[in-house]
Amino acid sequence: MTGELFLFFILALTAVLTAVGMLTSRNAVYAALFLVLNFAVVAVFYLMLGSPFIALSQVTVYGGAIMVLFLFVIMLLGAENIKAEVTLKKMWPALVLSVTLLGLIIYMIVAKVPMVGLAAETSVADAAPKPLAVSLFSTYLLPFEITSFLLLVAMVGAIVLTKQEKKGAGK
Amino acid sequence: MIPVNYYLTLSVVLFSMGALGVLIRRNSLVVFMSIELMLNAGNLAFVTFAKMHAANLAAVHNGQIFVFFVMTVAAAEVAVGLALIVLIFRKKQSIDLDQLTHLKG
Repeated sequence: MTGELFLFFILALTAVLTAVGMLTSRNAVYAALFLVLNFAVVAVFYLMLGSPFIALSQVTVYGGAIMVLFLFVIMLLGAENIKAEVTLKKMWPALVLSVTLLGLIIYMIVAKVPMVGLAAETSVADAAPKPLAVSLFSTYLLPFEITSFLLLVAMVGAIVLTKQEKKGAGK
Repeated sequence: MIPVNYYLTLSVVLFSMGALGVLIRRNSLVVFMSIELMLNAGNLAFVTFAKMHAANLAAVHNGQIFVFFVMTVAAAEVAVGLALIVLIFRKKQSIDLDQLTHLKG
């Protein structure tokens, strides 16, 4: 087994274990922290796949912004512990469904996707963010602008939704 | 050289675990985190396919930019979704999904 493959399996194991930890932890704060670890591992996979820009966006956007927002809301609501989680009896239809999904897609991958080897190292020219940025601001300029508008709408929406009405203002 | 199937299989495993989380967990915050996990698994598959077509530089960029867009949409979704969860908590003092049964009539 080469070192590359060894690294892959260690990282994949970490990713799967952190996902299991997120699913099984009763405390929502622990679930969020497991998810941060999972995002970090996936960021390493992005690096191995030769996309450093995506890897760093992953760390800043997911690991940073989104998970901080999650932790903030968990702390704000004081909703760390929720009693009455599911029993195994309630769980098995969901388990059957997701294992079926897993089996079907893995079957499709085995049947349809050719065994192409991916080298972990990348040439600098492919990986540089500059050509990516050129593509983003030329070919994808319109979707990019729409994305910025979407973020603005989401921000305004979040503010409007959570704004406290003044008591008795409508009377 | 790591076969592309390994990455795709990992992506599918993470995706199904996210789906399982959505189905079994009752804490709406954890359900939301599971959705993030599924989006992330999809992103991993996108980057893998981009790398698979590494000979075609335009294809690589298309794949990576798509991941970038998915990330921004996820950020917007989290902002609005968490605002909704805060609202629901204010109204019902609970974020347990089993208690959100008002639409049943």
